[in-house]
Amino acid sequence: MKNSKIILLLAAMFLAASAQAKETPADNYKTYCVECHGMQGNGKGVNIRDMSVQPRDHTDAKAMSTRSDAELFKVIKEGGLSINKSVLMPPWGDTLSDDEIRDMTQYLRTLCKCKFGP
Amino acid sequence: MENIAKKLIRHLVLASSLLGFPLVASAADGMTILQKDCVTCHNLKGPAPQTLQALWDRKGPDLFYAGNKYRREWLVEWLQKPQRIRPAGEFYEKHIKPGAKRDEVDATTLENHVALPKDDAIAVADELMKLKPRDDLIAKEKITPGTISKQMGEMVFDKFQGCMACHLIEPDYGGLSGPEVYTAGKRLQAEYMASYIRSPQAWDPLIWMPNKHVSDGNIQKLVDYLELLSKESGNEK
Repeated sequence: MKNSKIILLLAAMFLAASAQAKETPADNYKTYCVECHGMQGNGKGVNIRDMSVQPRDHTDAKAMSTRSDAELFKVIKEGGLSINKSVLMPPWGDTLSDDEIRDMTQYLRTLCKCKFGP
Repeated sequence: MENIAKKLIRHLVLASSLLGFPLVASAADGMTILQKDCVTCHNLKGPAPQTLQALWDRKGPDLFYAGNKYRREWLVEWLQKPQRIRPAGEFYEKHIKPGAKRDEVDATTLENHVALPKDDAIAVADELMKLKPRDDLIAKEKITPGTISKQMGEMVFDKFQGCMACHLIEPDYGGLSGPEVYTAGKRLQAEYMASYIRSPQAWDPLIWMPNKHVSDGNIQKLVDYLELLSKESGNEK
């Protein structure tokens, strides 16, 4: 009886874990954003030396507060060109789910410690 | 009876070695080397990482579709004289550190690939070329051998698609988080390059190369450009 409860509990834990395909925004940032936006989110990534346009500094509250959450969502999902910015910012719509992108916009707000608007 | 069998085997081995085909040893050796020396860093069975943690833990490129990916002659050469393909290693974020002007590759964390003697390199390459689980993806690509001017190729690669953000197009120009591409044309099969550009996620679902929805025409141009780059002197590896 005790064993079957443990098995049930383990099965429930397994199901919960496998249903949770969503990764945290911090982990997604580390995997997909750091290469250009930097380990500290300051736009100083390992890739930037030869770029014609430099990546956004996500800690820059002044610049980041000019972008709405909807705009941030769009540029992450569809890339820089979708908001008339650089092609060097690629679209991540085939990599991240809409949910993960929404979480990422909120994560960016924690990096800039800012909201949209003056 | 046992003696006759032993004699027969001895004759076969002798005959095959005289003919220049080490029949008995070769194939087995390639797999033995792979199993013994390569599996600690390379995935030979698949699937590709399904979680970010597994992606971060990967130490070298997956090899379970090596036969769909690499050119055999390149493998044989490279395994004897390996040179770094990923400037920031794998996983790139584990091998960088904040620097004065920008994040930098921390070379002290990078390990060199082992070099194999010629016979082993041949045996391993032959074994790797048998691993072709993604013929379906390769069969979808219609790449025709073509030419492109360097200027046009660079325009598509750098300006239209922005690939140089992550890839070196010459030993000291471009980004560092992806593999260098100036030897890609020698290293990779044309259809593989096309298929991977079309959808990196079809090969490696969580890879940090985005799907840019490149058109068929531009895929052909990019493949032509990568082949052109690998033929240029100065980019020899």
